[in-house]
Amino acid sequence: MDFQLSEEQKLLADSVESWLQDKYDFERWRKLVKTDLGYAEENWKAMAELGWLAMPLPEEAGGLGGGAVECMLIAERFGKHLVAEPYLSTVVIGAGLILAAGSKAQQEEWLPQIAEGKAKWAFAFAEHGARFVLHEVNTAAKKAGEGWMISGKKIVVFDAPSADKLIVLARSDGAAADRQGLGLFVVDANGKGVTRQDYRTVDNRRASDIQFDNVPVLGVLGDPGNALETVEAVVDRAIGYLASEAVGAMQALYETTLAYLKTRKQFGRPIGDFQVLQHRMVDMMIHVESSRSLALLANLKADAAPAERAKAAAAAKVQIGKSGRWVGQQSIQLHGGMGMTDELNVGHYMKRLMMIDTYFGHADYHQRRFAALANAA
Amino acid sequence: MNLDFTPEERAFREEVRSFIRDNLPPALAEKSRRNIHLAKEDYVAWHKILHKRGWSAPNWPKEYGGPGWTPVQKYIFDEECAAADAPPLSPFGISMVGPVIYTFGSEEQKKKYLPRILSMEDWWCQGYSEPGSGSDLASLRTRAESEGDHYIVNGHKIWTTQAHFANMMFCLVRTDPNAKPQEGISFLLIDMTTPGISVRPIISIDEGHSVNEVFLDNVRVPKANLIGKEGKGWTYAKFLLGNERTTIAEVARSKQRLRRLKEIARAEQAFGAPLLDEPSFRDKVAAVEIDLLALEYTNLRVLAAENEGKALGPEVSMLKIRGSEIQQTITELACEALGYYAAPYEHRPDGSNQPPVGPDYAQGRMESFLYNRATTIYGGSNEIQRNIIAKMVLGL
Repeated sequence: MDFQLSEEQKLLADSVESWLQDKYDFERWRKLVKTDLGYAEENWKAMAELGWLAMPLPEEAGGLGGGAVECMLIAERFGKHLVAEPYLSTVVIGAGLILAAGSKAQQEEWLPQIAEGKAKWAFAFAEHGARFVLHEVNTAAKKAGEGWMISGKKIVVFDAPSADKLIVLARSDGAAADRQGLGLFVVDANGKGVTRQDYRTVDNRRASDIQFDNVPVLGVLGDPGNALETVEAVVDRAIGYLASEAVGAMQALYETTLAYLKTRKQFGRPIGDFQVLQHRMVDMMIHVESSRSLALLANLKADAAPAERAKAAAAAKVQIGKSGRWVGQQSIQLHGGMGMTDELNVGHYMKRLMMIDTYFGHADYHQRRFAALANAA
Repeated sequence: MNLDFTPEERAFREEVRSFIRDNLPPALAEKSRRNIHLAKEDYVAWHKILHKRGWSAPNWPKEYGGPGWTPVQKYIFDEECAAADAPPLSPFGISMVGPVIYTFGSEEQKKKYLPRILSMEDWWCQGYSEPGSGSDLASLRTRAESEGDHYIVNGHKIWTTQAHFANMMFCLVRTDPNAKPQEGISFLLIDMTTPGISVRPIISIDEGHSVNEVFLDNVRVPKANLIGKEGKGWTYAKFLLGNERTTIAEVARSKQRLRRLKEIARAEQAFGAPLLDEPSFRDKVAAVEIDLLALEYTNLRVLAAENEGKALGPEVSMLKIRGSEIQQTITELACEALGYYAAPYEHRPDGSNQPPVGPDYAQGRMESFLYNRATTIYGGSNEIQRNIIAKMVLGL
């Protein structure tokens, strides 16, 4: 066991942090998220130049060969600064699925575009009525000559409005809740038959509901009838990323709230003098540290055997779901009326943490998943 | 970063496991599984088995007769001992006063006491709390007055765990009644056979006997038994409590108790299926298992930092808070899992030929729950731990 970061990893963490401190302060963020795009193309370009988009990709694909630890370090700092660029959708999930299931030719075509910041991807998987179950899929993939056509509806596809390509989880065979019969189909995000309803989300990200009507498929990643295990593995990796993003956001709330307790005065003294608030603050620290421990576990088990990996991801998702909501809500409470204002960052962190809990399933959903894995023995 | 065990660590686990398999008497494991209060000879028997192997003081450096293990080795050792239902080591010598003696004691004290702790020739108890000094420990009133080369000690200690087994007590006493509360305290080693000491049992809510009152009436203690400097006892006491808080998390024991809880919940039926599949019970078990997993890795992060030479800070209070809460939740769920069979509460002496009431796995669960209500109180109550973190870590 080794909990040490390598020198290179420490350098990466420092350089991400210093870039963000320089370019991504809260006032700029507020303006950025009000633009149509919701983030900045120039930031995306900079992230490509800094090598962050290439970080988890293998060297053959123009990547830097980083692993889960590198992703964790980036995610934590992105969480702290509320970074809105579509890193999770494009790099962690998009490139992750291409790497896990794509052919050599597909990888050679698409991965360098991602590493260079030239293409953005989004993953269309969720359907209304399926709630968080990944394999409850009605969207259909039908054979059409040599290729495939997609028809159906996907909801809340994060980062779809600015995506170039979509990976659609669709059913080539079987009934709606079958684990078998699912494939990963790549389509042009702006192509024929794609009707997007774009919107802003509560945490100031962008997403779309998308109707697919006989949309031609550009390529299939892996077996068109057997993609679920790949999806689960990549989603667990994404959960590791989200867990670290949540840790960064919680740490920021913890620091901000602690500083406020030391400066805000009532009854002639700092409110941090009051024991009831001190103990609340200690519990906040414990939530942050427990979340940090399980985020670490989820990331470092991302390549472990499926049951072990899934158990770690589920545990982390439960922890950050519960802790994220608690830390977010208590931070507002401890800031009093100020915590309710849009101009303070506190509420924005809380909203992001709430959406992180929702993304890929709430704490309750993953607690059930964890129980099934942990009690299987 | 890498969370996998190295081949050496895996080999070490095998070594510990096979040692325990070959040396832990099954009857002792059985007793330890069923009872929270063991007889003195049960603790001593296991201690001596470990001592023969050189493993009786897992946290001590080699220099003083410990095995010099890394934190990860210590963690593996704890896990294997708990998984085999080995009796716990009495912490008062090994985890508490031993490190105080080798850190602050004189050469003579080291020579005299450390080997006797290792071999369990001495059984130690902790004379800290008093009737008027619980959380506010620094207000303690037991006084030690100088008389030639002796102190004359008078006072009343309480909640003294295993004092009825002990022949030695480390004791906080007030040597300077005029100094500030923390500055007038000294750390004394007291022979329990000295005239003037009496021990009175306190029966806890589980009807068991582990804690006691200790009365000190004109007890003559040689000055050679003072640790470090007179008036510096508070420093040594805090050092000891800091060490205690890392072991008090009890991750390995909780993992074993969680396994046992699941065995019970698999065997018990609810709505025609195992209780463990009943959604609301299953959710409670999963929630505490995730809490325990988080604690386990937080504990490992703290140990890794310690291994890199960072001093353990007050954040170890966090381990005590979470560890004790989790112990209580698991022991409570075990009782809940038993349903009606949480009710029978008859202690049968060993060797009784009366069959126990209810299933075998029910034995000792309620006792364990009841006695574990103390975990959030002892070693500095969880409220005091939160005060410590607020002051020392958060700067509030």
